[in-house]
Amino acid sequence: MLRHISLTVNGTRHDADVEPRQLLVYFIRETLGLTGTNVGCDTSTCGACTVLIDGRSVKSCTMLAVQADGRDITTIEGMARNGDLHPIQRAFHENHGLQCGYCTPGMIMAAASLIEENPQLSEESVRMGLEGNLCRCTGYQNIVKAILAAAEEIRSSARVSSR
Amino acid sequence: MAQVKERYVGQSVKRKEDAELITGQGRYTEDISIPGMLWMSVVRSPFANARIRSVDLSKARVMDGVVAAFSGKDLAGDWAAPMLMAWPVTEDIKNPPHWPLTQDIARYQGDGVAVVVAESRAAAADAAEAVEVDYEPLDPAVDMEAAIADGAPLVHEDIGTNKSYTWTLTNGDPDKVFADAPVVVKERYVIQRQIPNAIEPRAVLVQPSPAQGEFTMWSATQIPHIVRVAMTITTGIPESKLRIIAPKVGGGFGSKLQVYPEEALCLALAKRLGRAVKWVETRSENYLATHHGRDQIQEIEFAADEDGKIRGYRCRILTNMGAYLMIITPGTPLLGAFLYCGPYGGEAYHVEFTGVFTNTTPTDAYRGAGRPEATYAVERTMDALARRVGKDPVEIRRINFIPPFTEPTPSPGGLTLDSGNYAATLDRALELAGYEDLRKEQRARREQGTVKQIGIGFSTYLEMCGLAPSRVLSALRYAAGGWDAATVRLLPTGKVVVIVGTTPHGQSHVTTFAQIVADDLGVPVDDVEVLYGDTQLAPLGMDTYGSRSLAVGGVAVHRAAQKVVAKVRKIAAHELEVAEEDLEYEGGRFAVKGAPDRAKTVGELGFSAWTAHNLPDGLEPGVEETAVYDAQNFVFPYGAHICAVEVDTETGKVDVLKYVAVDDVGTIINPQVVDGQVVGGVVQGIAEALYEQAVYDENGQLLTSSMTNYEIPAAPDVPEIAVGRSETPSTTNELGVKGVGETGTIASPPAVVNAVIDALSPLGVTDIGRPMSPERVWRTIRDAKEGGAR
Ligand code: FES
Ligand code: FES
Repeated sequence: MLRHISLTVNGTRHDADVEPRQLLVYFIRETLGLTGTNVGCDTSTCGACTVLIDGRSVKSCTMLAVQADGRDITTIEGMARNGDLHPIQRAFHENHGLQCGYCTPGMIMAAASLIEENPQLSEESVRMGLEGNLCRCTGYQNIVKAILAAAEEIRSSARVSSR
Repeated sequence: MAQVKERYVGQSVKRKEDAELITGQGRYTEDISIPGMLWMSVVRSPFANARIRSVDLSKARVMDGVVAAFSGKDLAGDWAAPMLMAWPVTEDIKNPPHWPLTQDIARYQGDGVAVVVAESRAAAADAAEAVEVDYEPLDPAVDMEAAIADGAPLVHEDIGTNKSYTWTLTNGDPDKVFADAPVVVKERYVIQRQIPNAIEPRAVLVQPSPAQGEFTMWSATQIPHIVRVAMTITTGIPESKLRIIAPKVGGGFGSKLQVYPEEALCLALAKRLGRAVKWVETRSENYLATHHGRDQIQEIEFAADEDGKIRGYRCRILTNMGAYLMIITPGTPLLGAFLYCGPYGGEAYHVEFTGVFTNTTPTDAYRGAGRPEATYAVERTMDALARRVGKDPVEIRRINFIPPFTEPTPSPGGLTLDSGNYAATLDRALELAGYEDLRKEQRARREQGTVKQIGIGFSTYLEMCGLAPSRVLSALRYAAGGWDAATVRLLPTGKVVVIVGTTPHGQSHVTTFAQIVADDLGVPVDDVEVLYGDTQLAPLGMDTYGSRSLAVGGVAVHRAAQKVVAKVRKIAAHELEVAEEDLEYEGGRFAVKGAPDRAKTVGELGFSAWTAHNLPDGLEPGVEETAVYDAQNFVFPYGAHICAVEVDTETGKVDVLKYVAVDDVGTIINPQVVDGQVVGGVVQGIAEALYEQAVYDENGQLLTSSMTNYEIPAAPDVPEIAVGRSETPSTTNELGVKGVGETGTIASPPAVVNAVIDALSPLGVTDIGRPMSPERVWRTIRDAKEGGAR
């Protein structure tokens, strides 16, 4: 029995009939064709599938598509606006925060949520905040650097725009 | 073509490969779909050793969406040969056949027994569950030492033994040296099994063109070219009809340096069914079905003078093959066989390796492959020797280093080293670590008797990489060559295309190679496009492993670019009406000597070559040059790593306080990329020392069977790494480059373990097993205290 859901993904509203057992990550990847969100495990451990749901980071393999009914989702494809990279994306590039890139979409989404919750991030709080996202390539060092740099940039542009 | 003055080599050019990866546009194998494709699921043995009495596919076959189901026996006729093992290290090596699906006996938990093919991923998974296999469980051989004892259960009955091979190497007269030496230290180490865990699991998609008899395979592999040869051998499909593409690949670490049964199965099923077939590994499946790494038991001895100067090295190693020999299973430990003397001198050397079959997942290359094992044995034994002769770990290393050299120099292991100044990296590392202050702090805490004690550990390693000179590979009985190839093509509008035979999965080939070519041709780095990972695009290639992409593939790139320069020089001379010798070439511009305004750029000359309106007689139009480079020697990175740990003597918890890595990897093309490789590798090695271990129970059941119980470190679990370096150009190649992909995992485990032992040395601790979990450290402390009280 298919179930009807309606949700917003990267600003676009989608209506779909889904299998009740379909995981949100496969709805995003296979039904919507947004393959930037990756799958790295089957135990909700790796964080490669992290997306934003109503602004908070969620591992999209831990949720069914039907549970996302009515929600507002952002995936990695929704981070750049009008061709301009999001400051976090830019910071990952500048700081060499990725090698193979497989964990990267999940890392960037997790970082977006971290910065949103706490713009005064320290190295330690970034590391703690990334506990649920595994990277096998970088040793995390440049990811942490990138997130701190992005947080700084977002803070200072907020200061500028609030003047 | 735009012209540039600046040089790119040596600069941290930001990666060209990032744009698609940070926007979610990078296409990994799982992201590729073909309308109408089918999904494959593999039925795997739950037993480590079991006879297959029968396979009942009838329930699976009638399920919704199921297209076909096959047992190992059903597909037996589809194979022209078993899976390829390319490295028969001895003449009499035992290499029992490894079929893509086993037909009679399942030899490890995870061995493929049957396959189902269905219209969807879910239908395939459901149908695999419905396959009924009648197993007769047999006693498994799990422990390596038990497996070679008399009466042990046999992994392969018909060969009558669990020993696959014994390989030895002797230099000098070790027996005499050991008999004469006043000091002999003997140690035993266990290198625990590791699960590589690239974050992208494996995936395969095969699209057939039935009318043409052609097949395109996308695979999450490090080695598309080798996969093609191997697939031809196993399936009998002509190589000319096979195209293998490695698209974006999400990490490999050796685990995708493999030719896997699922590749052969997707190919065979696509051929049978005439439809595209896709398979995506689940992570739990990855733990069973993707090869593991390491797993050795080592007995190592150093013979030395009373003052600790080493005379000879002797080592006996048991190395776990798992249930089958895969592509380079038996050769992997031998990549360390010449390094059981580190960067140290001596006059005699003997190593003996015995490959042992067990009912476990096959082992093969894991980042460092053989060299981390060797480095661990040597660096631990150096500390044991230091304790024995009453010297400091720094001093014992200094007196044994081979003195600085810039010309090829022999090692006790029989290598001819390219260049080295070992003491210089150690000096730099001591400085960066603030060694004296660390020792001061250590003394203070010891005097105060604080709960948290400090230890300092060293690893001054030497490795060999840049696999590999084809003639050396032949002497080692490897079945293929170790050259690599590159093509550089000038486009009419001034852009440059570079096609390479190496295949990245995180290493930054696209940027690094573009930097080399941009300098050679004097063009902006953004005008250079680097293409890879497709056997149709790059007919010649030996792929990526063993830190070879720059040291072999990069040299081919440079040579192809030099050939381009040589060709357009002819056109320049013709157009400027001077002899070739009268031209000066710099920054992409040929100028007449003494008349610098009379000049042509590479871009202009490329256009001339394309129009072909006015070329020198006999010169072919167009500019496209290929170079194939076969190194005459390996390259030998080295360095000094220092680790400072804090050990909580009440809980056994180890924290890395400071980690300094000073490496010499020859000439640096892109410092930011090199640092990234070092840090990633060091962290992976720290994880090997502290966290990671594949554990089997006595029945051969993998207990660490998912990401939840195999401890891959996350960001809070690992320290910041301080990186330093020296740059001693390699004498092996004209770029002066060595390799950097594996230095971190090779160097770091002994630095961490030596540090923990140093912290606990006041208790008399001289040994500890790995990984050093809090529980193990705590037990070591308790045993030492009890031992001391006795
Ligand atoms: S795929 Fe969702 S946590 Fe790993
Ligand atoms: S960049 Fe490869 S897993 Fe993070």
